[in-house]
Amino acid sequence: MSNRCYVATRKGLFTIDRGASKWSVSHAAFVGDNVTLVMHDPRSGDLLAALNHGHFGIKLHRSRDGGETWPEIAVPAYPPMPEGYVPKPHPFTGKAIDWALKLIWGLAPGGPDEPGVVWCGTMPGGLFKSNDSGDSWELNRPLWDHPKRDDWGPNGAEHPGIHSICVDPRDSRHVSIGVSTGGVWITRDGGKSWVQTGGGMRADYFPPEQMHDPNVQDVHCLVQCRDNPEMFWVQHHNGIFRSTDGAASWTEITGVKPSVFGFPVAVHPKNPNIAWFVPSTKDEKRCPTDGRVVVNRTSDGGKSFETLRRGLPQEWAYDLVYRHGLDVDESGDRLAFGSTTGSVWISEDGGDSWQGVSSNLPPVYAVRFAKD
Amino acid sequence: MATVRFTQNIQRHVACPTRDASGSTLRAVLDDYFRENEKARGYVLDEQGRVRQHMVIFIDGELVRDRDGLSDPVAPNSMIDVIQALSGGSTSQ
Repeated sequence: MSNRCYVATRKGLFTIDRGASKWSVSHAAFVGDNVTLVMHDPRSGDLLAALNHGHFGIKLHRSRDGGETWPEIAVPAYPPMPEGYVPKPHPFTGKAIDWALKLIWGLAPGGPDEPGVVWCGTMPGGLFKSNDSGDSWELNRPLWDHPKRDDWGPNGAEHPGIHSICVDPRDSRHVSIGVSTGGVWITRDGGKSWVQTGGGMRADYFPPEQMHDPNVQDVHCLVQCRDNPEMFWVQHHNGIFRSTDGAASWTEITGVKPSVFGFPVAVHPKNPNIAWFVPSTKDEKRCPTDGRVVVNRTSDGGKSFETLRRGLPQEWAYDLVYRHGLDVDESGDRLAFGSTTGSVWISEDGGDSWQGVSSNLPPVYAVRFAKD
Repeated sequence: MATVRFTQNIQRHVACPTRDASGSTLRAVLDDYFRENEKARGYVLDEQGRVRQHMVIFIDGELVRDRDGLSDPVAPNSMIDVIQALSGGSTSQ
């Protein structure tokens, strides 16, 4: 069970530790700086922190002493455009994708058999791989050069991006990624070739004839069950979807109260039928329904949901939880989530009850447990 | 030799002392400066060598016009100022 989690916020990276009686903030790094994502690598103990300095661009830092010191490391860089290449303007925006890093949106360690491998998803629409723990990065060209990549759409942000990276526990060359907006993509050969899935998903923001196109699906978050890797969950712009066949096809889960809209999803590492969601009212009303923060949990693969609220604010609360703002530890018992209003809650009983760690942190972008 | 000065705000992340650098265009002068301070390059220019969206550069008080190509001419005694724009602060709010 994890006794530590890291919280990446708009104004710093905070460490939260489990003490004798409660969880509390024990350390702060990058205070004042915009930390958009954090990753703990269970193979090496490395921590990676992604920063967006605005003026000075996107940076990556790595700590090898548990978060005490953070030397800057290489940042993924897009290559020069080939001579004579004219990028295709996107039909929505009329603008071509700029080959320059706008945001680090996904970080995932490679498998245990490939030490040093780290995957990094970016805006605009890039998947980078490092073979040396982040000292250097290379853009995955088979995906970047795929003709369908040109059609990935902007999401709530200005650029399409890759935010979810699931390395299959059975085979590290088998990687599944979630794209907003561009559906789900799978490689089984370490990134040499890619196939798109997403059949069964539904995009209400397109005309009926196009709403089932896998390439327009706005996947908010994609997760894979560790001990049953054929089972995936997606929190999508239009609802909740589940796959029982390795992300090949998807089934929509309907009738979820108080709503099916949200950004994050976490799946129990041992039991693929247990998953957690943090709902918001709907896409154009991104706050908890009736001002009550709740977590939705299914324990039967989506047939039914419990709305968990013990320990969470049940009046005048408007916390939004971003896609990386919810995490579950390796035991499946401990969960943590953080919100745009700077609140962090932790559960030690699978979500039955929650304790508040802070309600005064900066807006939270990512919460990640240290994993053994 | 032109002189290159940097905003104080960048110094927290990467030391950029005021220093002379040679070249007849902004690109040449900055390349000369960054040759001895490679880390600073990525704080001012993006990976395609363009001035970052929310950075501005002045040559003798005049705003640089060619932000992508950095072809603006530099005189032997020019003063170059690299400053963060007022835009772009939203990620710090």
